[in-house]
Amino acid sequence: MDQFYPQTGMNIVRVLERLGHSVDYPEAQTCCGQPAFNSGYWDEARAVAERQMTVFHDAEIVVIASGSCGAMLKVFYPELFQGHPRESEARALAAKTFEFSDFLVNRLGVLDVGARFSGRATFHDGCHGLRELGLKNPPRQLLQHVRGLELVEMQEAETCCGFGGTFAVKFPMISTAMGEVKCVSIAETGADYVISNDSSCLMQIRGVLDRQGKSVRTLHLAEVLAQT
Amino acid sequence: MNAHAREFNEAARQQTADLGQRDWIQKALAGYYAKRDEFKNRFSNWQGARDTAAAVKWEAVNHLDRYLDEFASRLEARGAKVFWAPGAQEARDYIVGVARQHKVRAIIKSKSMTAEEIHLNDALEQAGFEVVESDLGEYIVQLRQEPPYHLVFPAMHLRRQQISDLFHDRLGSERTNNPEDLTMIARRVMRRKYCEADMGISGANFAIAETGMISITENEGNARLTTSLPKVHVAIVGIEKVLPRLSDLALFLPMLATAGAGQPITCYNTLYGGPRQPGEPDGPGEFHVVLLDNRRTELLADAEQRDALHCIRCGACLNVCPIFKNVGGHSYGTTYQGPIGSVITPHLRGLQDWKHLSQASSLCGACTETCPVKINLHHHLLHNRRNAIHARPARLEKLVQTGFVFMMRRPRLYEWGARVGRILQPLQRLVRGTILDPLRAWTKTRSFPPLAEKSFRELWRERKKP
Repeated sequence: MDQFYPQTGMNIVRVLERLGHSVDYPEAQTCCGQPAFNSGYWDEARAVAERQMTVFHDAEIVVIASGSCGAMLKVFYPELFQGHPRESEARALAAKTFEFSDFLVNRLGVLDVGARFSGRATFHDGCHGLRELGLKNPPRQLLQHVRGLELVEMQEAETCCGFGGTFAVKFPMISTAMGEVKCVSIAETGADYVISNDSSCLMQIRGVLDRQGKSVRTLHLAEVLAQT
Repeated sequence: MNAHAREFNEAARQQTADLGQRDWIQKALAGYYAKRDEFKNRFSNWQGARDTAAAVKWEAVNHLDRYLDEFASRLEARGAKVFWAPGAQEARDYIVGVARQHKVRAIIKSKSMTAEEIHLNDALEQAGFEVVESDLGEYIVQLRQEPPYHLVFPAMHLRRQQISDLFHDRLGSERTNNPEDLTMIARRVMRRKYCEADMGISGANFAIAETGMISITENEGNARLTTSLPKVHVAIVGIEKVLPRLSDLALFLPMLATAGAGQPITCYNTLYGGPRQPGEPDGPGEFHVVLLDNRRTELLADAEQRDALHCIRCGACLNVCPIFKNVGGHSYGTTYQGPIGSVITPHLRGLQDWKHLSQASSLCGACTETCPVKINLHHHLLHNRRNAIHARPARLEKLVQTGFVFMMRRPRLYEWGARVGRILQPLQRLVRGTILDPLRAWTKTRSFPPLAEKSFRELWRERKKP
């Protein structure tokens, strides 16, 4: 998000501020450590995670733009620090961390953020948001309240797009095949937009759509919710 | 990269390039999804049933010593012979020994993945015995000299036309695309084989401790004939197949059928408790049960992944796995394909040789979500990755990861690195997709987004300025 999709972050800030919250961005933060964790380098992942735990120690709530990074903090930090001196700190951070749609719907109880966006869109469930965090409904509830937006479900909404972090470059042929299945399903809906709450999935989907010459646009949930 | 990993990569490359085959597998599974969901909804509470099933298997697996003893002693009390096989070799030797002792001429066999695991057919054939598979799908792949493509649907990769051609070439039958006619061709061959066979080999879906019986589930009636016509029946059973009570089947039989095949209940569900008893008119004179460990006890000793022994081999995780659907069953090069195979094969056959299967996953978790006995499959893939690295770090990757940590613990260095990336980006564009492109693994098949002109933290700083 920081380097490739900064507008996603800015749009999250806009939505949160519109709802009356004050937002801070500690610049000492970097990566959650998932690339190392998923590759099996748990000591290395812990070293990166410790850094983020320190950075966010005093935050009241941490909102994350990605279900995948969210799952890392909420689900995998507690596992990574099991039996470690900083385990309770990892659990505390997990408890106050929310993926963006989770925060809006489940923590704030907000379904209508006052957004307006015209077009036909389909929603892609990022696997970590869907299965690790159980966030099937929150993004859809938010989108259903966007004026002018027509939401259509694709057959393969819950099927992985094939990104999977380093998997995408370690097994590019499998990753691409999975992306193709996803993009065929997106095209079947006739949607103008595919929306997700995970930038990494969108990068994969965009990457495949471009090669297929498809004009469907990819959008992060926040980019839609920020439009008024 | 070891030979198994290279073979996997090569097979995956070929299979993912075969759009027709990928499409065929997708279509073959579409009917399964609809039926599975229909019959899941007939359970008053499918999620509750999963919890119960996981608890029953937990109890069985965590008290395996007691339940296996109970199972074996009740079987032996009815005259069955129970052989505890520590490994594949001992199991093969025992079964070949039984065949020799009875001077067996022909062997008929019903479907058993455990028999596949120990390559039993090869051992019997090398010892001079003819073995015929009686499950239709297994018979087809046996004629093709292939391993099963899928735990439950061994010939799902084949079209009717291919089966017709196979029967024509190998059995001399007329070509036909009618499934009933194809089945009748196999049936005519099979009926003769049942009558000739003097030894029947089966697997077992469940081993019931309380009554000392094995439970076999099938749709074709072939296992009943395999186990009751020949004078000797040998059942090969993985030690994890045990269930404590007979009444557990009331849950596990419909659950296996629903999760595995999208059926409310499988057509034939039979319990076998020993050889022919005094006064009984039929059944085998001898009944052998081979209890196979083959490194299952090592998995049992691993508290973190012990729940992998809950597996009832329903194949549900394969059916939802996007990796399986795109690379197909043969690419794995293992007895057990799909997520469960990727989890347990490193335990059964060596972590360093089979760790690539745990890496070949996007960790999407569809397997864990569907597993009827709630095995934490995709997290175990992470555990295997961690264990493999712990035992033997890959030198180059270790260097990359160390660099990653160094940078991600230093926000200024990270920011500086991103700036360098932005400067170098136009150069990457010049070599995009070529051998010089450092992002080639991505850009060969996908577009790659440019780094934003200003990062979020730069935009944030500008915004904060008074």
